[in-house]
Amino acid sequence: MRNLLLAICGLAFATSAVFADPIADRQALMKANGKAMGSIAPIVKGEKDFDAALVMDALTKLAEDAQKMDPAVLWPVGSETGGDTTSAPAIWEDPAAFQAAIDKFKADTAAAVAAAPADLDALKVQFGAVASNCGGCHEKFRIKKG
Amino acid sequence: MGMIGKLSAAALLAGAAASAVFWVATRPERLPAAIVSELGAGDAGRGERIFWAGGCTSCHAAPKSEGEARLQLPGGAELNTPFGVFVPPNISQDPVDGIGGWTVEDFANAMMRGVSPEGEHYYPAFPYTSYARMKPQDVADLYAYMKTLPATPGAAADHRLGFPFTVRRGLGLWKLLYLSDEPVVDFPAGAPDLVLAGRYLAEGPGHCGECHTPRDMLGGAEKARWLSGAAAAEGEGIVPNITPGEGGLKWSASEIADYLETGFTPEFDSVGGAMVEVQKNMAKLPQEDRDAIAAYLKAIPPHPNGYPAWQPAAN
Repeated sequence: MRNLLLAICGLAFATSAVFADPIADRQALMKANGKAMGSIAPIVKGEKDFDAALVMDALTKLAEDAQKMDPAVLWPVGSETGGDTTSAPAIWEDPAAFQAAIDKFKADTAAAVAAAPADLDALKVQFGAVASNCGGCHEKFRIKKG
Repeated sequence: MGMIGKLSAAALLAGAAASAVFWVATRPERLPAAIVSELGAGDAGRGERIFWAGGCTSCHAAPKSEGEARLQLPGGAELNTPFGVFVPPNISQDPVDGIGGWTVEDFANAMMRGVSPEGEHYYPAFPYTSYARMKPQDVADLYAYMKTLPATPGAAADHRLGFPFTVRRGLGLWKLLYLSDEPVVDFPAGAPDLVLAGRYLAEGPGHCGECHTPRDMLGGAEKARWLSGAAAAEGEGIVPNITPGEGGLKWSASEIADYLETGFTPEFDSVGGAMVEVQKNMAKLPQEDRDAIAAYLKAIPPHPNGYPAWQPAAN
């Protein structure tokens, strides 16, 4: 019985490795980032009251997602095309620049969490710094497709 | 004179006539005196708004420069297009390498007719096809603002183009086909002022159509498919359809204005590609200008996508 369980676990592991889908994974991560940014944007715009707990949740989520952005896992060689990926060839042509962009996102999100903004003005500063990473990276490393 | 001699003479004459027609038809046309007289004294304060609306820095700032350095305009970026590599020149106030020695009339001829002070055609990678629609006063204001910017020495490299694009004179024919100072979208009488203000900003200084409109075989904008999106002029990918048509923008006017201000779509996807620099410039405009562009985009004729549907790569 134990051997059977091990075999099933082994099979499940092998299957997940074979069917790992970095394109779907990175797209899910980007969507989660967008959702986190979207949850605090109305506060920054003054449409919602400042909510320290909500802000910290979103910033923490962004910082955690940033840590997950390992090019070897989410943008491995072989995932340049396929599905509806909009990752740009520059990711694989200039990996050092891509890593630098990810490192900046990691640093800026970690700094935002450490700053723990306690009011709207403090949040605006951190939000601006984090948000600049979105367009900053998508300028070179994402392409639009029809 | 024998038969062959007569034929040769006739051929020479015909050739000379054709050359003469080509020479006249391709002559760089400077601005008429009536427009030059409207230039007036520029106001640098007002010109700053035109500077950001026009997005001069997107092409003419040094590549990868940030912050205040964006106001130095030494050129030198490279635009890799199907026609060859265009290198935006130095348009700083340097009197030798830049445009510091230009008169306001020189500047207006470059902006609105694509003609250099030396009387040569500029390539339309410089979007004078859009700037031709600008108000002379705005051009004079922009000139005055640029006078306040630094002089940055250093000439940019030459364009690297293949024949026949190396023949600048040929652009005279191209201009006959594509250079017009008339608005593109005709609105009925009584169209809201905000829409008309947006038309001016988007079709004139903002030059949205240069990237968002498909081009024909000769590189001219297909005005019948205005702003319907296009294959990117540089690299892979597409520039989106921003008409209200199938595949185009479904956002509300305030969502469009928000995007231009913050760089985020209503779904909190972010701006990308060449639009990143454009959006940074748009964010520096007064809110009413972003509202005007949004109102215009909601009012223009809908078109289906101006680029072919994407075929997923088989792998």
